Amino acid sequence: MSSEAHDHAHDHAHDHDHEHHHKDTFVTKYIFSIDHKMISKQYLITGIIMGIIGVGMSMLFRMQLAWPEESFKIFNFLLGDKFAPNGVMTNDIYLALVTIHGTIMVFFVLTAALSGTFSNLLIPLQIGARDMASGFLNMVSYWLFFTSSCIMISSLFVEAGPASAGWTIYPPLSALPQAIGGSGSGMTLWLVSMAVFIASSLLGSLNYVVTVINLRTKGMSMTRLPLTIWAFFITAVIGIISFPVLLSAALLLIMDRSFGTSFFLSDIYIAGEVLHYQGGSPVLFEHLFWFLGHPEVYIVILPAMGLVSEIMATNSRKPIFGYRAMIMSILAIAFLSTIVWGHHMFMSGMNPFLGSVFTFTTLLIAIPSAVKAFNWITTIWKGNLQMNPAMLYSIGFVSTFITGGLTGIILGDSTLDINVHDTYFVVAHFHLVMGISALYGMFAGIYHWYPKMFGRMLNKNMGYVHFWVTTVCAYGVFFPMHFIGLAGLPRRYYTNTNFPLFDDLQNVNVLMTMFALVGGAFQLVFLYNFFSSIFFGKRTVQNPWRSTTLEWTAPIKHIHGNWEGEIPHVHRWPYDYSKPGHDEDFVPQHIPMKEGEEQLHH
Amino acid sequence: MTSLLVIIVLVLLAIALWQLTKIFDLTQVGSNASNSQIADDNDNNVQGYLMFGFLAFIYIFTIYGLIKWGGLVLHTPSSAHGGQLDNLMNITWVLIFFVQTITQALLYYFAFKYRGKKDQKALYFADNNKLEFVWSVIPAIVLAGLILYGLYAWTNIMFIDDDEDTIVVELYAQQFKWSARYSGEDNVLGKANVRYIEGVNSLGVDMGDKYAQDDKVVTELHLPKGKKIHFLMRSQDVLHSAYMPHFRAQMNCVPGMVTEFAFEPIHTTQEMREMAFMQEKVANINALRTKKSAELVAKGESALDPYAFDFLLLCNKICGTSHYNMQMKIVVDSPEDYKKWLAEKPTIADEVKTAAASAAPADTSGKPADSAKADSKAVAVK
Repeated sequence: MSSEAHDHAHDHAHDHDHEHHHKDTFVTKYIFSIDHKMISKQYLITGIIMGIIGVGMSMLFRMQLAWPEESFKIFNFLLGDKFAPNGVMTNDIYLALVTIHGTIMVFFVLTAALSGTFSNLLIPLQIGARDMASGFLNMVSYWLFFTSSCIMISSLFVEAGPASAGWTIYPPLSALPQAIGGSGSGMTLWLVSMAVFIASSLLGSLNYVVTVINLRTKGMSMTRLPLTIWAFFITAVIGIISFPVLLSAALLLIMDRSFGTSFFLSDIYIAGEVLHYQGGSPVLFEHLFWFLGHPEVYIVILPAMGLVSEIMATNSRKPIFGYRAMIMSILAIAFLSTIVWGHHMFMSGMNPFLGSVFTFTTLLIAIPSAVKAFNWITTIWKGNLQMNPAMLYSIGFVSTFITGGLTGIILGDSTLDINVHDTYFVVAHFHLVMGISALYGMFAGIYHWYPKMFGRMLNKNMGYVHFWVTTVCAYGVFFPMHFIGLAGLPRRYYTNTNFPLFDDLQNVNVLMTMFALVGGAFQLVFLYNFFSSIFFGKRTVQNPWRSTTLEWTAPIKHIHGNWEGEIPHVHRWPYDYSKPGHDEDFVPQHIPMKEGEEQLHH
Repeated sequence: MTSLLVIIVLVLLAIALWQLTKIFDLTQVGSNASNSQIADDNDNNVQGYLMFGFLAFIYIFTIYGLIKWGGLVLHTPSSAHGGQLDNLMNITWVLIFFVQTITQALLYYFAFKYRGKKDQKALYFADNNKLEFVWSVIPAIVLAGLILYGLYAWTNIMFIDDDEDTIVVELYAQQFKWSARYSGEDNVLGKANVRYIEGVNSLGVDMGDKYAQDDKVVTELHLPKGKKIHFLMRSQDVLHSAYMPHFRAQMNCVPGMVTEFAFEPIHTTQEMREMAFMQEKVANINALRTKKSAELVAKGESALDPYAFDFLLLCNKICGTSHYNMQMKIVVDSPEDYKKWLAEKPTIADEVKTAAASAAPADTSGKPADSAKADSKAVAVK
């Protein structure tokens, strides 16, 4: 694999000829491509389609929550007569929508599409490599992701409905078709889809790690890597450590469901009979699930942090503040993320002493998170901020990350968790801190690297409209949600008005749904901008944002091997913006140090 | 009608969008129309001001929310430990609002203040160890305080002393219904397992256990004020969670194991209903319900009942399609009323005997004996 890359580097001339002689066919160029730039576009477009489905589902169930059991033609049209007779959403499909919305957004959009797109695009380009360590595995990884997406979508069409035990699929609910309709073939497809997804994720992550370690260009030491690469690298490491645990949980659950084992089940009486299961524990499943599930939220947020760090520095025309502190905090977050999973389980019935330990580790994570937030704020201090849409989304990211992160102090404290556990307070918290924030990171990345991906610019005015409406609506949906959570409203309730206790929360629910519908509708602006600009956008210049990193030294036209001629060598760190002693306000990494020029950062 | 409304909303949205794009286009007038799609000084200026405006939006929205929705939040706790929990919660909230106000202000103010201008040069400021040290250590110290307080409270709440004088009550969860079992005179619950479930013995109590004889099963939970209740929780099918928000109490019910939680109720239902905040809340809910009832009656449906406050035990772990409708009324009585209420309830032993007596004359073919045999086999397997 590495020898291949080596060859690329050496026999560039031959390589070039080679391309001219053997034109890529449509299939090898657009479908089974092994070029990381094409694979990244494939990830992005698949992810956007999954995102449309996931966000669309949330709009449907938000309507049900605001106007419970009212009839909407759209429900009947989309869900059919069985799940929305006369346009009234049934409780089965409500739970299914919630479950699949969570699954799609967490795994298929924010894990695969975010990390898959930008790791693939940026790792080779920013470290100065011709391609990933293994282009073939990279291709396999994408196609496994595509397969798992198809399986997940197909589960929407099985007779008893898709998985509906919540995205955390806690057994016994997820294991017993008698307990809920969605735990039949819908859940089987969910588990198969996730198993394939995990395989895809692992192949991708291994590739990223190997590439970052082995294929950096000359002069690109680890402490000269852009923070994007650090974030992708550590994300991949966490993924490799934690995803296999989910795979084993899924396999054991499949065993329990199909082969009568009792890993997670015990003493169950359902539908008038005692089942044979004996000795298993649902709490074991919770441990296994959250051993991935918690690192997963950092798998989602770290790449967004990396993208935002890079975009903020570029658009502030200032070095990122505290480069080494940023790396240290990424490492600290990565380490701590693997030992805090129990804070999802304070109320699970595990020994309260464990709860104490997990409270301690969980609140520790606030420290590196705070360091990062302060560093971003200091980065824009005394900058010369270029308010491109990507920069707006980066600022929005820091804002929602702080707002959402602060309530984590409540949820991470086992004592306070007693009364807000599994209420809408949790929903508000994690949507702001990892959902909205990671989406902002993804949007920032798309606006920023679109010229690199498609050779054209996105329309900035549409970008501004998209940002402002999205950001107002995001706060509009999730800020009031804290209040109804603190009022004790449990999540995953099909209606909140079945008994009078929560009647006074209904107006708030209507308001949130309004914001959600408007915010969701305005994503059409983004979609229009994205797809029309592929064909009609303004052609870009090579380095539109006047950025220092290596990807902007590569030609606009995508070629195999990224650079014509030799790969640029690196002579400085990636954040020499507005460095005193230079005429331009940025000095790209491949420019050698001037005579007598000093390194001004530590 | 609804579809018309939806169409109108969509059309209006489209118009709004079109107009917004035009406004942003208009902001371009006067700047040299390079159309590079890269932010120019004009964009920086407009977006910088919008950033400042957004800071105002966050603050106003927060204040509006606190005034308008602050009253919805759970008020006076009705358990002895609730005060300590709420106290920690309030301390944490003060801290959160403090940090939130300052950091958001800095973020958006800087975004406004340092918006790009042609001749502005950014400061090359790459790192400062002192600053990093300060903002690592301050959160560390503050969090250490919160952790210590939190752990102290957690230990107080969760670790139940066996010597303590408590009333032992079992909460029993099944799709989609709660039951409670009182341990009776001996204050010890009889053994139970789903394999003993039969007829009226729907909780699977082992009738051979001497401690089980005086157990009482009810579907409405009554608790005496001023006495610590030790809840033991079981589930017969899937995960459930016993959530009693007014008591700041929650614990999952897990099939195959017994979980526990304990608290002491400090207000009776009646006292709670008489509190000023509660009367206000109930009046508000009833006003909403009256309005809704009027609509329902106009449509020819029956009106809603007026609401009177009651404590509720809610299911708070997704447990199936009717998860949203799984709750049990909790009544906190004075100790005397509680004793009177409990004394009237039959023991499970009596219930089983009565059921057997009424079944026996009708069916003498010995079927009960058969099923009893099958049952003991199941137990033997276990």
